[in-house]
Amino acid sequence: MRSPSGFWGMLAPKRITMLRRLREHSAGGGRLVPLLILGAVFWLVGFGTLFRILKYFRGVEDIGDLLAAKLFGLILLTFFGVLLLSNVITALSTFFLSRDLELLLAAPSDWLQLYLTRLGETLLHSSWMVGLICLPILAAYGTVFGGGLVFYVVAAMTLLPLFIMLSALGSAVTVLLVSIFPARRAKDILGVITVGAAGGLVLLIRLLRPESLTKPEGFRNLGEFLALLRGPTSPWIPSEWSASATMEALQGSFDPFPLVLLWTSALGMVVLGAIFHARAYISAYTRSQTGAQRHPAGRRFSRSIARLFKPLGIRRSELVLKDVRVFFRDTTQWSQLILLSVLVVVYIYNISALPLYTEGVSFFFAHVISFLNVGLAGFVLSAIAARFVFPALSIEGPALWLLKSSPLDARDLLWTKYWVGTVPLLIMAILLTIGTNLLLEVGWLMMTLSVITIAAIAFALSALALAFGAIYPQFKSENMAQISTSLGGLLFMMAAVSLVGIVLVLESWPVLTILRRRMFGMALTQESVIIAVLGGLAALAVCTLATIIPLRVTLRRIEGFQV
Amino acid sequence: MIRLAKLKKNYGDFAALRGIDLEVSRGSLFGLLGPNGAGKTTALRIIAGILQPTAGRVIVAGHDVQRDPERAKSKLGFIPDRPFVYDKLTGQEFLKFVGGLWGQDGAEVDRRIDELLNLWELTDWRDELLETYSHGMRQKIIISSALIHKPDVIIVDEPMVGLDPKAARILKDLFRGFVKRGGTILMSTHTLEVAEVLCDSIAIIQNGLIRAQGSMEDLRAEAEAGEAGLEEIFLKLTGGQEVQELLEVLES
Ligand SMILES: Nc1ncnc2c1ncn2[C@@H]1O[C@H](COP(=O)(O)OP(=O)(O)OP(=O)(O)O)[C@@H](O)[C@H]1O
Ligand SMILES: [Mg+2]
Repeated sequence: MRSPSGFWGMLAPKRITMLRRLREHSAGGGRLVPLLILGAVFWLVGFGTLFRILKYFRGVEDIGDLLAAKLFGLILLTFFGVLLLSNVITALSTFFLSRDLELLLAAPSDWLQLYLTRLGETLLHSSWMVGLICLPILAAYGTVFGGGLVFYVVAAMTLLPLFIMLSALGSAVTVLLVSIFPARRAKDILGVITVGAAGGLVLLIRLLRPESLTKPEGFRNLGEFLALLRGPTSPWIPSEWSASATMEALQGSFDPFPLVLLWTSALGMVVLGAIFHARAYISAYTRSQTGAQRHPAGRRFSRSIARLFKPLGIRRSELVLKDVRVFFRDTTQWSQLILLSVLVVVYIYNISALPLYTEGVSFFFAHVISFLNVGLAGFVLSAIAARFVFPALSIEGPALWLLKSSPLDARDLLWTKYWVGTVPLLIMAILLTIGTNLLLEVGWLMMTLSVITIAAIAFALSALALAFGAIYPQFKSENMAQISTSLGGLLFMMAAVSLVGIVLVLESWPVLTILRRRMFGMALTQESVIIAVLGGLAALAVCTLATIIPLRVTLRRIEGFQV
Repeated sequence: MIRLAKLKKNYGDFAALRGIDLEVSRGSLFGLLGPNGAGKTTALRIIAGILQPTAGRVIVAGHDVQRDPERAKSKLGFIPDRPFVYDKLTGQEFLKFVGGLWGQDGAEVDRRIDELLNLWELTDWRDELLETYSHGMRQKIIISSALIHKPDVIIVDEPMVGLDPKAARILKDLFRGFVKRGGTILMSTHTLEVAEVLCDSIAIIQNGLIRAQGSMEDLRAEAEAGEAGLEEIFLKLTGGQEVQELLEVLES
């Protein structure tokens, strides 16, 4: 039976909610404007950077265009992976966790409509960000290579089926996972997904062998290198079809074949997805509702941990204890630690694989890389903070009535959330920096500088993440993993990356001074020392401010939380 | 013990509370009645310090909830209408956590936890995660959490929803015992029989204003209802003639 309201009717609750929220945002004004400005800045920076790179490629004879095409293929391949993962996670919300599902399943609406509306929702939620990022990239390619309107039309026509295909695939994978792993809460599947993603990542990195690029002697001659560039990464990955169609359009020729291939596979995927949905969804949904098995949580273990936090005082120790327990009992939370550790291992492995001490230029490279390493580590820490610290206040949403009606000082809550987030972040930051620096065999001065810097950055990032989480709280989120990908999370990432960038720029003075002294035997003039120290102090001051101000803001927001 | 003075609350343009004055004396059980959307939950949340009022004052145990929230809240236990709790804590851990929020721990709290779990026949469940509890079991845990820190005042929003008859009976005895020992309870409810037998005084609230207030006798006089029960008084005061029309709609 087809309900009279049809496709749009079924989307109505979400559609109306979204419109209302947008309207509230624009009515509030205050929050939307900085958002737009920040977005525009990042958009322009992205465009500018890519524009410079492409301009440079253009100037390189023979292989310049090939490099540009290769880069585009790699960008799309990355998006492909990111989108697949985010579709799987989003589909978990839209198909299994969403609270309106009970209502929809009880209503006499037909399964195809349910599938299509949920698919549409998955598509929108998981792809909007990538879609936005594509704009400056396409604009840069279009400007540098002089692609006209045709280029943009073709690009849109090839990206859209890619997005659709990935949503259908991601949703099907989610339904499959929920049906395979029986009698667990749907949320626990996230653990399986992350472990799978970690495995995929390792596989990808082993396949691409990034370290081979840094060892040019690995290629016997230029011809071999060219052959590598010219060949597609893999003819079986649809993102390559998109990339080649788009690049052809850019060079003025137009080949309809990839377009046809893309659209037919996208539609085919949706049809297959629908068939699979009809067969497997209802039983998967039933399974996803089966309660977690009763397993008494270890009491002895808890007792000894409880004693550990005693010195913090009753309130803080109970808050910390609660956070630790909730974290380790929630599969959606700790499973992402696995992904994280894989990332770290890959990272350290790549550093150790660098051919640094083979050719004599070692000292310079080691220090430059150690310096850049601080930036990279800062970026990794931002991502971790976005995932774990940013949602820390949002997840208290359902329990806010309790926290607010208790005589708990907002400061105690802030203290707990800040330190529970910061301590692991700090440990990770310092271990990562010391480890890579030891591998790079840098001097003690560089070691000290980078450890202090990364520690200061970690303090600031944690505070920033809390502040953005408090300004854009998601008290009603249905899926933990989605809190970080909200607007506020995006804004936090932008702020975090800017902070790391500023600190790096300021620190480049002391680093250059160290380098100059060692490399060219330049005497340290008083002036150069002062500049170096000033640069370092300025960086430290920026981090301190970026810690204190956000914490103040967070405290005020927490005091004002209402439910 | 609880005093509301000219309490107002607006949600945007909509005035949910339009000037409420109320006095609940120590050792009494005060019932807050009113139709859906009257503003009961809003008022209780403001008293518990969860919502900020637009205007007016709330005094609990001599402390202003807005100006001196920590002192006021330390005397207060709140039981919300929707039992949301931390899914990943066990019942026992949750109660211990709540005790900690009120700055209490040690053997005394452990003993009270045992007593309360025993009272609700939840002892077997003490080490199970709350996500496996049923609605009523969660409600029991939340009621216990409001008692764990020995408050002087309890604010409770529709306590009977989801409780089985036996648990409802236990709750009534619990509340009566609490009041007898000098505690104060402010309770909203739709179960008029409960209000009639349990409450010392009652206020009927409608459209954000207090429509009538006092003991059962006072309300009877107000409604000119003779010997009528609370249901008739309630319907008469809040415009119950629509009930007849409703029946007609359903039957047609
Ligand atoms: N967050 C909110 N935003 C806007 N209006 C609200 C909000 N919460 C409640 N209201 C409105 O305030 C009024 C009072 O709501 P409240 O929840 O206090 O009613 P209630 O007396 O508890 O009703 P019930 O008996 O149904 O529980 C209602 O008209 C409701 O629509
Ligand atoms: Mg209510």
